[in-house]
Amino acid sequence: MSSDTSRLGLYLLLAPIFLWLTVLIILPHVGLFIVSISEKVGPRDYDTGFANYAAFFTEPLYWRTFARTTIMSVLATVLTLILGFPIAYYIAKLTKGRAKTTLFLMCMIPFWVSELVRTFGWMILLRETGVFSNLLQYLGLVTGPVEMLYNDAAIMVGLVYTSILFMVVPLVTTLDSLDDSLIEAGYDLGGTNTSIMREIVIPHAMPGIVSGCIVVFMLSLGNYLTPILLGGKDSLWFTGMIYTQFITRFNWELGSAFGFLLLALSSLVVFLGLKVSGQSLSNTMGRS
Amino acid sequence: MNKSLLVSLIAIAALAAPMSQAETLRLLTWGGYAPEDVIAKFEAETGHTVEVTTSNNEEMIAKLRATNGGGFDLAQPSQDRISSAQEEFGIYKPIDMSRVNAELFIPSMLSATAGNTTYDGEVYGLPHVWGTSGLVVNTAEAGDVRDYTDLCDASVAGKVSYRLKRPTLIGFAYSMGLDPFAAYGDTEAYQDILDQVEAKLTECKPNVKTYWGGGDEIKNLLRSGEVIASMAWDTGGWQLNADNPDITFVAPEAGALGWIDTFVLPARGRADDAAYDWINFVMQPEIAAMITNTAGNFTAAVDGDAGVNADLKARYQGSFDQEAIDNIKWYPPVPAGLEAMEGSTLDRINAAN
Amino acid sequence: MIPTNPDLECRDLIKDFDTFRAVDHIRFDVPKGSFFSILGPSGCGKTTLLRMIAGFQTPSSGDLLIKGRSMIGVPPNKRPVSMVFQHLALFPTMNIGDNVGFGLRQRGVSRSEIKTRVSKVLERVGLPNVAERRVDQLSGGQKQRVAIARCMVLEPDVLLLDEPLGALDLKLREHMKVELKALQAAFDTTFVYITHDQSEALVMSDNIAVMNNGRFEQIGTPHDVYNAPETAFVAGFVGDANKITARVSSAKDGVLTLSADGESDIRVAAQNSGFHVGQLLQVYLRPEAIELLPNGAEADKASNVSHGIVDAVLFNGANSMVTVKAEGGVLWKVALPQTGGFSSLQKGDAIRTRWHPAQARCYQAAEG
Repeated sequence: MSSDTSRLGLYLLLAPIFLWLTVLIILPHVGLFIVSISEKVGPRDYDTGFANYAAFFTEPLYWRTFARTTIMSVLATVLTLILGFPIAYYIAKLTKGRAKTTLFLMCMIPFWVSELVRTFGWMILLRETGVFSNLLQYLGLVTGPVEMLYNDAAIMVGLVYTSILFMVVPLVTTLDSLDDSLIEAGYDLGGTNTSIMREIVIPHAMPGIVSGCIVVFMLSLGNYLTPILLGGKDSLWFTGMIYTQFITRFNWELGSAFGFLLLALSSLVVFLGLKVSGQSLSNTMGRS
Repeated sequence: MNKSLLVSLIAIAALAAPMSQAETLRLLTWGGYAPEDVIAKFEAETGHTVEVTTSNNEEMIAKLRATNGGGFDLAQPSQDRISSAQEEFGIYKPIDMSRVNAELFIPSMLSATAGNTTYDGEVYGLPHVWGTSGLVVNTAEAGDVRDYTDLCDASVAGKVSYRLKRPTLIGFAYSMGLDPFAAYGDTEAYQDILDQVEAKLTECKPNVKTYWGGGDEIKNLLRSGEVIASMAWDTGGWQLNADNPDITFVAPEAGALGWIDTFVLPARGRADDAAYDWINFVMQPEIAAMITNTAGNFTAAVDGDAGVNADLKARYQGSFDQEAIDNIKWYPPVPAGLEAMEGSTLDRINAAN
Repeated sequence: MIPTNPDLECRDLIKDFDTFRAVDHIRFDVPKGSFFSILGPSGCGKTTLLRMIAGFQTPSSGDLLIKGRSMIGVPPNKRPVSMVFQHLALFPTMNIGDNVGFGLRQRGVSRSEIKTRVSKVLERVGLPNVAERRVDQLSGGQKQRVAIARCMVLEPDVLLLDEPLGALDLKLREHMKVELKALQAAFDTTFVYITHDQSEALVMSDNIAVMNNGRFEQIGTPHDVYNAPETAFVAGFVGDANKITARVSSAKDGVLTLSADGESDIRVAAQNSGFHVGQLLQVYLRPEAIELLPNGAEADKASNVSHGIVDAVLFNGANSMVTVKAEGGVLWKVALPQTGGFSSLQKGDAIRTRWHPAQARCYQAAEG
């Protein structure tokens, strides 16, 4: 009797998340999948088949764009990690109390404005008549205006800036949980800065590194605004391509197929990343 | 069912009856087509309320497609995007001409739009605002740019911008001496034109600073001087001209591309009364002039240009002489499937290095 | 000049923090191969002192020598000392073998040699064949030994231990005390051990320094510290003691007569103490120095004998005690021998106590 009521309670507790999953995640995906396996024959006339998926692999432009997006996202993830780790280490280990809170808040301040505003901010800085260009000219380092916008480096800057918080937060959490005495013990036993970093700090922070990398990779891969606004003439991004298929080409069938391919291929990349780093998802998500 | 619920249901039903006269009009339109003062006047006069959602052609169609023509009571896509969308998705309902005050419309435009938006014997669109796209040029620095293909000239290298969208393909095709509209019905001929344009645009790519996406973006680039010649809408050029007399809209030698934005009724719109009321209201000459003053483009209303401010008229006349007006290439309805061909071409241009 | 160089030598070490002085003119030396404890309450500065020896903190002034070499300016990873941390600080991401081999790897010792040396040291601490296990697979006592092995494999000149037994339960702690002492003897390495637990210090140490407010109150053998505390703090901190405040009423032949409010006079031996009549003194007397007199026993004239009522019997095996309320109301803690005799003692019984004047220690008290 009592176990029955507790089970009912459990179901009631789970009901909102279950509903949320069903209504907002599962049902739309089922719908999208059905659209993705429809092949257009003529107006209001569709067949069922996998031609849309085949199109991805047969048209080099599509899979090349995906590969490009993936490589750039991986690069953005690595850069974010390289930049975020020292910041996180500084916040977690070298500051205390108020300074720590302040620094943490400073990392978050950019996220109080919308992504669009942040990206426009970068455009103001990087454009030919922008702040950096004028500053360089004022300092006499360059003779004419320099264009720093509309290239892959600008995309990279934007992606790293947009996602750094999502790397710093899990890293600070895991590094916070690293007992200072472990680091001291490392020094006491004759360790150097590098060997302590390599043998003690990084292995301990691994779950945070991996979860941060997964989040940043997924955010970069799924980013839409940054590559469009900061990118150059060749800067195709896979999400932009999906948008184009849905909105400007009215080709929902191909767009849906692309959506599923993005889901599957990005999961595959994350899976490979976990395998390579020797981590498991449950380990990563459970600990951080 | 208990008593109180029954009572409240009756009360709701009783309230609903008079409300059918004063409706809420959910309007899906372009920025500037429904100015605040016009809405206020309309609401005061008819008792309807208006909710405005601003969008663009593609998103309008995507939104209506997602809801099978629901969610809005009146939409304003361009006339070339109506019959094919109706054929494929069935998202509109026919116009009941008996409820429209046809005298308010310039007859030639009304009949042309009717012809372009007919599907299966029914008319789906009424003309509202028209305009053109062509070139916006900083005449002090790029006075030689007179046609679309001049954007590829070495003298303006790195200071050029255009959109990677279908108008660019069409404009370049005309400029290259081709006639894309004539080839609309012939897939092979059209593909041939697209291939030639693709080669041209790929070759032109190093000249381009960036492909612009939004109207504000290109205005910004032109205003700052980072771009001195661009494909853009006439209104954008005239707005910039107000700030900097050097920059203005130039009707290209091959012809400006003319578009007409329409009124259409979404298939599952609920407030048709309010929609017809709105159409008949905004086509009155003085209201049409108010819209022209905010949107920057002229309307299909009879005498609609009478109340338009003199500066705008002057700029319009500066860009268009009679020959240029006669040379405007009006977009015919886009046949279904054409976008897919153009899409692949645009993708290839984008990816080309 | 100095016949045997001490392993560790501190000369006038001072450590100042922003608002207070944590370590104040500490000077001591630790002979080779001995077990040296620093005993003090928490906050007395002992951890700061230990961290200065390990190199994690820099002294404000003074010098610190290991094997005659000054360690000022030498970073922790270059000092010939190793430290066993309070919570052991075993690396959870490595197995036992890698933990123990960590220091050797830093020195660039070859893999095969690391392996043999690790297994050898693990054998010496009585944990053969655990090299492949994870840290969390070991018990508390085993971890303790691994932590020591991890330091000892580097053959340090001095091993520092920061209250490593604190986290263990009582039984294991008792066991580890003996074991640590045995390990120290076996490795013949100098141990510097800090603790707030007097019993740990007393059991294991060759020498104890009692620390309070950043200063050493006394350095001596456990026997000295316990039986001949030099200061009131040591007398009160090390071991149990009855503490009475009383005024000197007469001093004659090295025996002081003291009187406290409402109490019968007590006599204490205080040879060459320099105390004079009228001074206020604090008297410390160990519970085991007081004898319970069986009924009818003779009271000898030399001792202090008083009458009292049993206030409570605190049975605790060999450490049993009674509190006796003296006539003046003072409560005396008295050791209760478990040899029979007093097994029937109950609350409310009248009883006599006796102690010899030489057993008490007197210190000047602040005049209040």
